[in-house]
Amino acid sequence: MIGQVKQSPIRIITSMLATTIAVATPLTLGALSGVYCERSGVVNIGIEGMMLTSAFFGWLAAIYMFHIFGMGIGISITIGLIFAILTGLLMALLHAVLSITFKVDQIIGGTVINILAVGLTGFLNRQLFFGKGSVFGGTVPNSPGVLPTLHVPITEIFSSLCGTSAGCLENLQAINRVFDQKPIAISAVLLVFFSHYVLFNTRWGLRSRAVGEHPQAADTVGINVTKMRYLNVLIGGMFAGLAGAYFTIESVPSFEPLLTNGRGFISLAAMIFGNWTPIGAWAASLVFGASQALLINMQIFRDVIPPQWSFLQESYIVGLTPYILTMFILTGIIGRTIPPAADGVPYEK
Amino acid sequence: MQPEKQSKSLTRQILQSISESSLVPFLAILTAVVVGGVIIAFVGGNPILAYRGLIEGSFGSTKALSETAVWATPYIFAGLAVALAFKGGLFNIGAEGQLAVGAVASSLVGYALPEWLGFDLPLIVHLPLAIVFGVLMGGLWAGIVGALKAYTGGHEVINTIMMNYIALNTTSFLLNGVMKDRSPTNVIARTPLIAESARIPPIFDGLRVHWGFVLALLMAFLIWWLLNKTTLGFQIRTVGLNPDAAKYAGINVKRIIILTMVFSGMLAGLAGTIEVTGLNYRHELGFSIGYGFDAIAIALLGKSHPLGVVLAAFLFAAMRNGATRMQFLTQMPVDLISMIQAFILLFVAADAIVRYIYRIKSKGERVVLTRGWGG
Amino acid sequence: MSATQTVLEAKGITKQFPGVLANDNVNFDLRKGEIHALLGENGAGKSTLMNLIYGLHHPDKGEIFVNGKPVQIHSPNDSIAAGIGMVHQHFMLIPVFTVAENVMLGDETTKRGALDRATVAGKINEISKQYGLDVDPAAMVGDLPVGLQQRVEIVKTLYRNAEIVILDEPTAVLTPQEAEDLFRIMRDLTARGVSIIFITHKLKEVLAVADRITVMRAGHVINTVKPLETNEAQLANMMVGRQVILTVDKKDREAGEEILKVENFSARDQRGLETVHNVSFTVRAGEVLGIAGVQGNGQTELSEALTGLREPHGGKVFIGGHDLTGKPPRIITAAGLAHIPEDRQRHGLVLAYSVADNMALCDYYRPPFSNRGVLQQKALDENARKLIDAFDVRTPSPFVNAGKLSGGNQQKVIVARELSRENVKLLIANQPTRGLDVGSIEYIHSEIVQMRDRGVAVLLISAELDEIMALSDRIAVMYRGQIVAVVESKKTTREQLGLWMAGAHAETVQ
Repeated sequence: MIGQVKQSPIRIITSMLATTIAVATPLTLGALSGVYCERSGVVNIGIEGMMLTSAFFGWLAAIYMFHIFGMGIGISITIGLIFAILTGLLMALLHAVLSITFKVDQIIGGTVINILAVGLTGFLNRQLFFGKGSVFGGTVPNSPGVLPTLHVPITEIFSSLCGTSAGCLENLQAINRVFDQKPIAISAVLLVFFSHYVLFNTRWGLRSRAVGEHPQAADTVGINVTKMRYLNVLIGGMFAGLAGAYFTIESVPSFEPLLTNGRGFISLAAMIFGNWTPIGAWAASLVFGASQALLINMQIFRDVIPPQWSFLQESYIVGLTPYILTMFILTGIIGRTIPPAADGVPYEK
Repeated sequence: MQPEKQSKSLTRQILQSISESSLVPFLAILTAVVVGGVIIAFVGGNPILAYRGLIEGSFGSTKALSETAVWATPYIFAGLAVALAFKGGLFNIGAEGQLAVGAVASSLVGYALPEWLGFDLPLIVHLPLAIVFGVLMGGLWAGIVGALKAYTGGHEVINTIMMNYIALNTTSFLLNGVMKDRSPTNVIARTPLIAESARIPPIFDGLRVHWGFVLALLMAFLIWWLLNKTTLGFQIRTVGLNPDAAKYAGINVKRIIILTMVFSGMLAGLAGTIEVTGLNYRHELGFSIGYGFDAIAIALLGKSHPLGVVLAAFLFAAMRNGATRMQFLTQMPVDLISMIQAFILLFVAADAIVRYIYRIKSKGERVVLTRGWGG
Repeated sequence: MSATQTVLEAKGITKQFPGVLANDNVNFDLRKGEIHALLGENGAGKSTLMNLIYGLHHPDKGEIFVNGKPVQIHSPNDSIAAGIGMVHQHFMLIPVFTVAENVMLGDETTKRGALDRATVAGKINEISKQYGLDVDPAAMVGDLPVGLQQRVEIVKTLYRNAEIVILDEPTAVLTPQEAEDLFRIMRDLTARGVSIIFITHKLKEVLAVADRITVMRAGHVINTVKPLETNEAQLANMMVGRQVILTVDKKDREAGEEILKVENFSARDQRGLETVHNVSFTVRAGEVLGIAGVQGNGQTELSEALTGLREPHGGKVFIGGHDLTGKPPRIITAAGLAHIPEDRQRHGLVLAYSVADNMALCDYYRPPFSNRGVLQQKALDENARKLIDAFDVRTPSPFVNAGKLSGGNQQKVIVARELSRENVKLLIANQPTRGLDVGSIEYIHSEIVQMRDRGVAVLLISAELDEIMALSDRIAVMYRGQIVAVVESKKTTREQLGLWMAGAHAETVQ
């Protein structure tokens, strides 16, 4: 497909949009995780580590189900997905115990989780496959696979509008491709709107925001601050778990150490940029996704870039973009967006 | 109040505070060792044998001791880097990146400068140049984050992490490209060997421990002196403890934030630079992975006190160094050490857990180490 | 209505906090439809007692009865269920929520899972009309003036059908007229059978509004009296435990040359809103200019912008004839400023530093404290010992952390540091006695008057009208960021100042 035929603009745009939504998925879910935690007053810088462990254990569970317990492909992947979410939940429980019960400095607590995640996944990744008496006998077996793309029948529904025009049908198919996403990507978008509604229009949301803004005020009207914070951090953990599942259950069927590559931190920037609202955080995640999609489709620009600048296309340089973008976004954003008033502050009566 | 009585009770107070402040870290280590032992047993190893290997491998012989000191050298520098930033109220998660750019910069000076000049330099000129260049790059790398923090409020935690990734990518780019070792046998991303004139000599013949280790100990003393005995240190500590009061006191808070980050980055850069000039004689991609996180653990374990950092650095160095022997004895992978270290960090950071387990009463006063996004 | 039925009774309440016995065997009762004032100094244990009754803390000993029945109050939920409501001194309101959201929080009405804001608004309007409270359910609480916020707090208790309402220092944030308004609302409430506990340390108020007065001191109940059977002096005596001089001894004095001159000065708050508009005034040597006003009318930004802690947004500041507009604190300090900041723990002290270090906080960089960048520990210690003696700071040693001292002694550390500096020409004191005990207040007042008598120009900013009136030679009233009036303190009255503080004359004075 690369460089063979001149592509129509609509196909380039839709293909970029489709990639944008897909690659924005872990960022969106990570940012939602951050929104739940921080709206209730707990800074969660451990999302990166939660994603990494979830990606590992989800993948590991799928392999165990498939190879050791001989389950079917579909069921193995599903169990892997569930394990990923549960892993996120457990890591979040650790963060909640540290930051809410033991009142550990929350950024330090999150860093502990990140370091623990690297140590744990690195150790187990080696020990389970290459260790003495490993059931896998020194090899990493294939994962049962990844989640399938779900087809949204837009073309089928609207094809009659096109009549006989082949170009119209082609464009319709191109547009359709934006909506044909995998399950986690689709659920991420649905969860954005669901979370936004819950946060701003329900009792749960009102109470969650109250404990993040002014826990003492919430306490004086009989709201259990500790419970609300625990539950929100745990929910956030499940979102981070789902984000982790994206890497090894939805995107590629393999695990490598440090595969999250800072996306947990970038999603925090997206959350800040999105002013701690689900829809805002999603929009910011899409900006990051778009920058990545643009780079994935870099070959489009091959002809326009002068040769002396061609080193910009080196993958290492291209890979810098999200990090520089994050720093750029954080510049001057804080101050203009306002965090929840009690974000990061342990509650003491 | 008699002065004698005063000074006596003061000495006792200091001794008491030392024993009190090292009790919790000690118990944290103990707890992590127990947890680590349980994990070893769980995955089918022999914990006693593993720990014996760890101790033998790190302290069992002159060579083992020398190697522990070699490991401790970058840990002391990097731990001091994080500790200094903590004292200034800043959380530098970017020691890893600062270390890498420092290493790259000093290897560049180390191998390329004689080529460019067309003649050899004496050690007395070349080595300091290589070190200074690496240190400055480390300082610059962190200084960018400091300036962003001071002038835009961009949070240093996320920005130092981003700078780590930027450093990693840039280093990969350079070490796979223009700075790659072009010798025909080489296939990995590393620089050529630096010139003899840019190398720190070893202290003893036949052992790898080099003068950089002595420099690390001196630096720990220097940082202690800077923080506690100078007006600059007073400013750094004041900004760290209460930036509002610092402003009130007439301290230029922005300047101190940037300076603290620059100093911190210079120390981290020094860690990288000393590894290149004293030990590896080149920079290789991936050699420093994890140093930055270890440095955080070391700074926290050492309670951000330079002496504590030196002790904690030795502990971590011993564990890293002994790990090979442990692996030989028990077939436990070296990664196990990262796990145990993560647990040490967990129990040190969450000293409330340790206090809870061992029923130690807290002295009250909560120390604020980091601040949220509001800044 | 019979005023004899006891609705609330606390018996033998004891509560120990680390280092303080906050309540020691306290007995207290409240009758139906009465206003029972609880009077005492800061730290006497009034708020602790109320927090125990409201379920925020748990008593170590003692029992609480509501309508004659013993109740176990473990959390605010229990007290709300028992019909107790509390308006806290620091409002328990969330600024980014609307009035309706704040009122319903914890007792939400929902329709198919969603918050039913319309129904709640209806109920608020009803309560609001019934008691003449006049609050808008859709307004954002952070945008409301403090007086209205307090009403939202009252609505919150009534929304939960409270029959016992605790008001903790409710008049601290009000103008005299607003306080009168509050007293009217309180009487309306009692007329409808609500019983009120009114916590305060202001003597005039209790005499004006209470049916009974209970005085507390150092965790004990001293006595319960009726207003008609007592007077201010007697109450003050019970409160403090000794004879209290209620006035500050201050002689007339000619003001000298102009020291501080502020011209068309403006400043903004954190959100970028201009909270000080175009303010002009002068302070002369040997006079105290008091700035009166309800808190939150720009005083914080004014003092911060004058002292270099905040960037001014327009206008000029001259100290001793030098233009120091927007200069950093060190330059302004060097020009002769002594500054007692509004929030002593935030700006004035590093709590984790020793008393000695705090006493050199602004001068650490100068000899004798510094020699070529090296701190001189000996000089720091000597300075501290000298100031501890001179200013009567109660501390075990100069090496104790400032955080370990009482509020009054912390403030004395600041006062000692600032007033002992050489060449002080101007003193800016913002809320210098907030939250302190009477002894410390008296001490700090006398120090301020001494500075004035020595020819220092003093700018005193305080929300306590009594303090302003007692210390000032001239009074400027600040309302919504503007100086709406400047008068000689002898030629004005509380009532007149109160009207200005409420903005009554804002237009005519302009």
